[in-house]
Amino acid sequence: MHADHTGRTEAAAEGEVARELLTKSRAETAFAGQEPILEVRDLVKHYPLTQGILIKKQVGAVKAVDGISFDLRAGETLGIVGESGCGKSTVARMLVNLERPTAGQIKYKGEDITTMSGRALKAVRRNIQMVFQDPYTSLNPRMTVGDIIGEPYEIHPEVAPKGDRRKKVQDLLDVVGLNPEYINRYPHQFSGGQRQRIGIARGLALQPEIIVADEPVSALDVSVQAQVVNLLDRLQSEFNLSYVFIAHDLSIVRHISDRVGVMYLGRMAEIGTDIQIYDHATHPYTQALLSAVPVPDPEARTKRDRIILAGDVPSPANPPSGCRFRTRCWKAQERCALEVPELAVPAVFRLESGPAHHDSACHFAEERVVVPPSD
Amino acid sequence: MLLEVRDLHVEFHTRDGVAKAVNGVNYSVAEGETLAVLGESGSGKSVTAQAVMGILDMPPGKISSGEILFKDQDLLKLKGEERRKIRGQEMAMIFQDALSSLNPVLSVGEQIGELFTVHRGMSRKDAKAKAVELMDRVRIPAAKERVGQYPHQFSGGMRQRIMIAMALALEPSLIIADEPTTALDVTVQAQVMDLLAELQRELNMGLILITHDLGVVADVADKIAVMYAGRIVETSPVHEIYKAPAHPYTKGLLQSIPRLDQKGQELYAIKGLPPNLLRIPPGCAFNPRCPMAQDVCRTDVPPLAQVSETRQSACHFWKETLDAR
Ligand SMILES: Nc1ncnc2c1ncn2[C@@H]1O[C@H](COP(=O)(O)OP(=O)(O)OP(=O)(O)O)[C@@H](O)[C@H]1O
Ligand SMILES: Nc1ncnc2c1ncn2[C@@H]1O[C@H](COP(=O)(O)OP(=O)(O)OP(=O)(O)O)[C@@H](O)[C@H]1O
Ligand code: SF4
Ligand code: SF4
Ligand SMILES: [Mg+2]
Ligand SMILES: [Mg+2]
Repeated sequence: MHADHTGRTEAAAEGEVARELLTKSRAETAFAGQEPILEVRDLVKHYPLTQGILIKKQVGAVKAVDGISFDLRAGETLGIVGESGCGKSTVARMLVNLERPTAGQIKYKGEDITTMSGRALKAVRRNIQMVFQDPYTSLNPRMTVGDIIGEPYEIHPEVAPKGDRRKKVQDLLDVVGLNPEYINRYPHQFSGGQRQRIGIARGLALQPEIIVADEPVSALDVSVQAQVVNLLDRLQSEFNLSYVFIAHDLSIVRHISDRVGVMYLGRMAEIGTDIQIYDHATHPYTQALLSAVPVPDPEARTKRDRIILAGDVPSPANPPSGCRFRTRCWKAQERCALEVPELAVPAVFRLESGPAHHDSACHFAEERVVVPPSD
Repeated sequence: MLLEVRDLHVEFHTRDGVAKAVNGVNYSVAEGETLAVLGESGSGKSVTAQAVMGILDMPPGKISSGEILFKDQDLLKLKGEERRKIRGQEMAMIFQDALSSLNPVLSVGEQIGELFTVHRGMSRKDAKAKAVELMDRVRIPAAKERVGQYPHQFSGGMRQRIMIAMALALEPSLIIADEPTTALDVTVQAQVMDLLAELQRELNMGLILITHDLGVVADVADKIAVMYAGRIVETSPVHEIYKAPAHPYTKGLLQSIPRLDQKGQELYAIKGLPPNLLRIPPGCAFNPRCPMAQDVCRTDVPPLAQVSETRQSACHFWKETLDAR
């Protein structure tokens, strides 16, 4: 039965999962009113910039993350997209406590984990796990797959007593569609997609409630990527997991996310349900991102209105005043340099009940059709 | 023809046995033409490119047979010195990860300038001026002021453009770009690809673009070669392959693409696992995963059949595949 394990996993779940995903429709309705499992408020991370070799003097700071807020509910997927260097990975590392924020709160079930320590922190950490971006370098080449996946049990022995571990690890391999007989193999004996599954199995080992996945499929080809995404989808419905899914591929993010947050230079530009963001974006940066997505169909390409952004992302050590996007925004006006636009429903849409009614940090928010519906 | 790879075979001698990474690759690129190479992770795209560039790890790698004709001379027959000269001046490679392929302790100006002092015998001062000119050309703002900065002081997109500047410095006739935009987000991706396409046109270079991104391919490529288990399984002009793939693997690949305007169904994924290169299945390497496989597929290696004047497919049932769309 294990011979064609992956194939089986995909095929068997097919009809069922597809139907479920369709009915899930994944709009806010499914999660509205539900208590968030994670509340992130005004999260900030500044890295000091120093000068001098012997005597280090702080001359400034890289404002990697500069005031990010969002909620995450049980069973929900929040996608985070944004330009390279905008602070996505930094947010991820703070969520799983690999890094302490400079300021702000991360509340897990109402309790701020940024000030926790000792036993309380350890207990929380167990419930928020990370899957890393790079399946090639994030696995220790000298450890067997069994050791890699079982490693979290060394830190949390209460989850699996020593005698049970081998069995647990084999179960995990089975869950992610890998042959349990592979337990003694080394990472280099697996393909990219298989290694990514190993990373996911490891993320699941402690039965967390939240998985923060930092670009889990970016290095994979589309077919392997599809396998991994389907797996994540299946695991979510099976274990009611919450995901924070970071990626720069907007199509894949749409596929997996209930809500999507768009980051720019350390801040959230816009956040909303997939329909709000993909079909009714009101922030110029989101519109530019959407318009730049390459379409894998030469004929559909010509139908699109592509917005090419001029210039480069400014340095996070010295972000522009007011709206951070203004140096590349074709709509920028004087007000944009003076006033920081807050992340809220823009005034023009406040009375509206349609999908344009969602948080967008722009003084001149408006809709613009960038992705014409396919026929 | 600028470059013609003929029946190339590359193997790796590992502890577990011989991994047959490239098993008879044929492709060609003309001046001013862009060939996109697609295919599964581990299918031999980068190894083929490394063999062409002459930067393959040998050992454990070994080119066991084949020809690599560059402007009609077989690179595999050249001596070390001649080979190096062609690699340095006539062809260039852009790697996926710009940060790790740039030297962190040299300023970008020194790294670009070095190309001119070493290969063109320029003075350091002239080389620096050249570096600024090139940085301008790839649209690094304030190039003059930034020429002395180090790689980590540039953003990902800028570093990638610096790599492009270096690849273009000596105006090579062939560029191989191995996933030049995978690490970049879409806005920067678009900038980098547009730039590459523009410079290619200007210099009439041949470009081999290795990528996972079928959207990028649709944008810039003239023709496509799809690899599976170390072989080319399909070649085609870009537009035709999207309309009607002639190989079941290509078809599966195209079906797996998530689309921005579609959502809510499970993504299509090709079932099963990529082949183990130590034990490639007999017959068609794709047969354990192929929905169209018949008995003959398990015994006979499908030849690269001529589908039309410009298209080829290594499938016993390419006609049926074309029809069954
Ligand atoms: N340890 C550090 N010290 C100084 N600066 C840092 C450090 N880590 C990250 N940065 C800076 O913080 C900013 C955000 O980095 P981060 O890795 O979070 O970006 P990202 O959105 O994940 O980008 P990518 O898409 O390229 O992965 C960048 O400008 C980066 O250079
Ligand atoms: N130095 C090496 N030693 C042993 N095997 C190798 C070596 N380099 C590459 N290989 C193997 O050769 C095969 C082809 O690798 P290659 O890097 O060409 O794949 P690729 O098509 O570029 O994949 P990707 O899309 O993941 O970059 C792989 O199975 C790889 O494991
Ligand atoms: S606030 Fe101004 S600069 Fe910022 S996105 Fe809106 S229009 Fe552009
Ligand atoms: S030769 Fe047979 S197994 Fe191979 S791709 Fe064609 S139909 Fe499938
Ligand atoms: Mg990152
Ligand atoms: Mg490669």
